[in-house]
Amino acid sequence: MVIVIKNNSSEPIYDQIKKQILDAIMSGDIKEGECLPSIRRLARDLKVSVITTTKAYNDLELAGYITAVQGKGYYVSERSNEILYEKLLEQIEYHFDQAISISKKADLTEKDLMDILKNLLKQEDA
Amino acid sequence: MLNITNLCKEYEGFKLDNVSFYLPKGYIMGLVGKNGAGKSTTIKSIMNILDFQGEIQVNGHGNIADEMTVKQAVGVVVDLPFFPITFTLEQVGKYAGAFYENWDRDTYYNLLNKFGLSAKKKVSELSRGMGVKLQLAVALSHKARLLVLDEPTSGLDPVARDELMDILMEFIEDGENSVLFSTHISADLEKIADYVTILSSGKVFYTGEKDILMEQYDIIKGDYSKVDDKMKKDLIGLRRYGDSFEAMISKEKYKLYDVNSFQTESAKIDDVLIYAERSDS
Repeated sequence: MVIVIKNNSSEPIYDQIKKQILDAIMSGDIKEGECLPSIRRLARDLKVSVITTTKAYNDLELAGYITAVQGKGYYVSERSNEILYEKLLEQIEYHFDQAISISKKADLTEKDLMDILKNLLKQEDA
Repeated sequence: MLNITNLCKEYEGFKLDNVSFYLPKGYIMGLVGKNGAGKSTTIKSIMNILDFQGEIQVNGHGNIADEMTVKQAVGVVVDLPFFPITFTLEQVGKYAGAFYENWDRDTYYNLLNKFGLSAKKKVSELSRGMGVKLQLAVALSHKARLLVLDEPTSGLDPVARDELMDILMEFIEDGENSVLFSTHISADLEKIADYVTILSSGKVFYTGEKDILMEQYDIIKGDYSKVDDKMKKDLIGLRRYGDSFEAMISKEKYKLYDVNSFQTESAKIDDVLIYAERSDS
């Protein structure tokens, strides 16, 4: 797993760590059931404070992506990919929802809306 | 790990005023403040080399009542090593070995080797950076639980500073040890410190998690005529120039005011220090 920190970014360091671990899970770079580096080891490797890495791991644990095993450390949850997938679906639904309410303001028909989507998909393929 | 309660010390032109803070086991705390703010006095009090009022405990042991227990548990890095300057590092090892119950001779020689220090060298021949490394070698060889460092990075080049940061992070990695270090180089702090205590004119201006501090204050700038009387009381370290002003304000309080009238940016540790000092003078 590759984690690199930007010290002068406006994005908090714990967010950077979270995002990169999620990316690694999604890309299959770390697999379900696999062990993550310990909070303190990761802090030392990244030269960031222990509180920062603790916060990143706590957030990931709360969201269900990783699981703490007493005395052993943190593991990628069995369901982590499923949760990620659900999160992505949620995001898609949210954005479609936004598009629908905008289309109503513009008085578009269902067909107009579908045409836009089809066109966009075509462009993406090309 | 380290618990300081109502530490007071007064001498001419200087007062350490009810300084209290707590450093838990397994973490690093930075002690910051401008020269004369009380950093060294606090550290000397922990080392029990000057009289003070208040209480200092290391792992529940008072540093006066249980002086020997505390001295065994604390490793110290100061400007000038305590060891006689005519000693070779080999002699320093013998001297420390006689004093510390948990002395591990092998660790000492391994560390000297790792730090590139020859046992034949004399204390008087060490550079500032080597002196820091020698004291670290001694502290780590007597299995100190708490490392107290007074301005360890000043006078070190960037490479040596980076090495030192790595040694400190390695030291706390198992979660059993803690580090208190004073500094005025905030870049070191912004990276590795878990906790920060800011001293300003002998008082604690802030003590707590570094991440919380860094989200606590804004620097605010703008047209001074738009600042009402109520808001004036919430400005820290106000400076006026022409019709404009700049100051620090807690983000919490800032929300109460007409947010669009002013420009703000998050305050870094250096900013907090500067504005805290200014508000005091």
